[in-house]
Amino acid sequence: MEQTIKEVLILSGKGGTGKTSIVGSFAHLAENKILVDCDVDASDLHLLLAPKPTETHDFKSGVKARVEADKCSGCGMCAELCQFESITMGETAVISPLNCEGCGVCAHFCPEEAIVLQENHCGSWYIADTAYGPLVHAQLFAGEENSGKLVSHIKNQARQLAETTNTGLILIDGAPGVGCPVIASLSNVDLAVVITEPTLSGKHDLDRILDLTEHFKIPALVCINKWDLHSEMSDSIEKSCNDRGANVLGKIPFDRQVITCQIQGVPVTADDTSLAGYSIKAIWKKLKEHL
Amino acid sequence: MQIAVGSGKGGTGKTTISTSLALSAGTDVQYLDCDVEEPNGHIFLKPKLTHRETVVVTVPRLDESRCTACGKCRDICAFNAIAQFGKTVMIFPEMCHSCLGCFRVCEEDALIEDTREIGILESGMAGDIHFVHGRVRIGEAMGVPLLKAVKHKAEQDRLTIIDAPPGTSCPFVESVNDADYVILVTEPTPFGLHDLKLAATVLKNFKIPSGVIINRSDLGDDRVQRYCDSENIPVLLEIPFQRAIAEGYARGINLVDTVPELRTVFSDLLTRIAFEVAQ
Ligand code: SF4
Ligand code: SF4
Repeated sequence: MEQTIKEVLILSGKGGTGKTSIVGSFAHLAENKILVDCDVDASDLHLLLAPKPTETHDFKSGVKARVEADKCSGCGMCAELCQFESITMGETAVISPLNCEGCGVCAHFCPEEAIVLQENHCGSWYIADTAYGPLVHAQLFAGEENSGKLVSHIKNQARQLAETTNTGLILIDGAPGVGCPVIASLSNVDLAVVITEPTLSGKHDLDRILDLTEHFKIPALVCINKWDLHSEMSDSIEKSCNDRGANVLGKIPFDRQVITCQIQGVPVTADDTSLAGYSIKAIWKKLKEHL
Repeated sequence: MQIAVGSGKGGTGKTTISTSLALSAGTDVQYLDCDVEEPNGHIFLKPKLTHRETVVVTVPRLDESRCTACGKCRDICAFNAIAQFGKTVMIFPEMCHSCLGCFRVCEEDALIEDTREIGILESGMAGDIHFVHGRVRIGEAMGVPLLKAVKHKAEQDRLTIIDAPPGTSCPFVESVNDADYVILVTEPTPFGLHDLKLAATVLKNFKIPSGVIINRSDLGDDRVQRYCDSENIPVLLEIPFQRAIAEGYARGINLVDTVPELRTVFSDLLTRIAFEVAQ
């Protein structure tokens, strides 16, 4: 019988909310799952999970323009057409690969056919073994456009892997922000868990991320990390979440032990002395009821 | 002089530092929040926003009466924003990168220049600080044009502090590429170190001078410090964890208001950076 695969996405409006520590703990607590790290720009999850790659692949997407200087007459047509300020004129045209979006308009109109479009190798992706099960992750090269394509790609790979291995749960560490990579990480997701902090900016970011999950009609639950740093704010976040139908799954206290665990490279839930660890266990138990 | 503040990743205190610098400058200073996805600077600077504009990009709209379905626009569009089914041409403006290629190849004048709203840009004053930020529209995937619009507000002869977006991909690079100096804010944890390395490598490739501020410097180990030493990146400042700072931050109170002594530290830092840039 075909098993339904549940996808749970863990998000935070912004980095630094302790998301990676919490996802690492969920990875420790969940049985039989596939892990995905959608933060392809600056992923940290691998620092906790110590993955050993079993597969490494190049990721190519789009094209970049390159000038063949010996053919270029220096007419300046391409520089005039380029909307991304990526071409400057010297003797010949010079294209800055960083600004080039690969639209190909310059190549199309160059009277000397001096511009070639080359496939753009913009990152790598991996399937890896970890102590907590397989992890699909990726690294985008610095300065590349984080367009969400790499995110969609690794999510599809994880889904295929889940199908072939008959795994019912995909646990996804989401990309930060509210832009294209996050939108890509939201697709197909059954449940989103948003990690926030009781700060004014945390509240602001949480609202934006809940607008986004609402926009894509994905049920969302909230965890408040370091709630005791500002308990009134924590209460007010809890209330506003309830009002908009995104219930708070639980609250995690500020705990220096979390950083000690990070340095030792172990999930907080594996540390019996950590208060935060206990709260995350309770949160995970409640989360499972929603699956 | 343009100083950008980045961090490899969010949450390390980038906004705290960039707003503190702006507040400590003591002169006319400009603060540009280039984190258009999650702008937070306004929470700490509380500017009076007096100006607001919608930022749009150009996208094509089809004039069906003129279109002969020749397929030229579909062929040139590298982003699949134009599709054709038989004699029907369809345009998906949300995929469009505004390269204008389709307009240039259409021989029937069948494409009309339309606009898509990508977000808003707001500006105003926060005391002596000229404040600008952008907010990308929810669900809008392309933030970079809005980020560019914010950056275009930079005034040449004024000290400008740029609050860069997190990460090291395209938006980060776009925010720092004109900067005279970049401050990277980090934490002394394995995560902080990893993100710092990525960002520092980018800056090294661009040959932009940079220095590091270690935030919550006593909550971790000394690997960040050791990395900076080995790479010859100056550690400009270390700020130890204080519950009062965290609680102040939670309430939207800026660091230099919670710990007023830091004002001189930050203004000295600006002097030091100005000196280094002038070298
Ligand atoms: S259009 Fe072609 S020939 Fe003219 S400057 Fe550009 S690359 Fe050179
Ligand atoms: S402007 Fe460029 S990206 Fe937009 S639809 Fe036309 S060809 Fe495609």
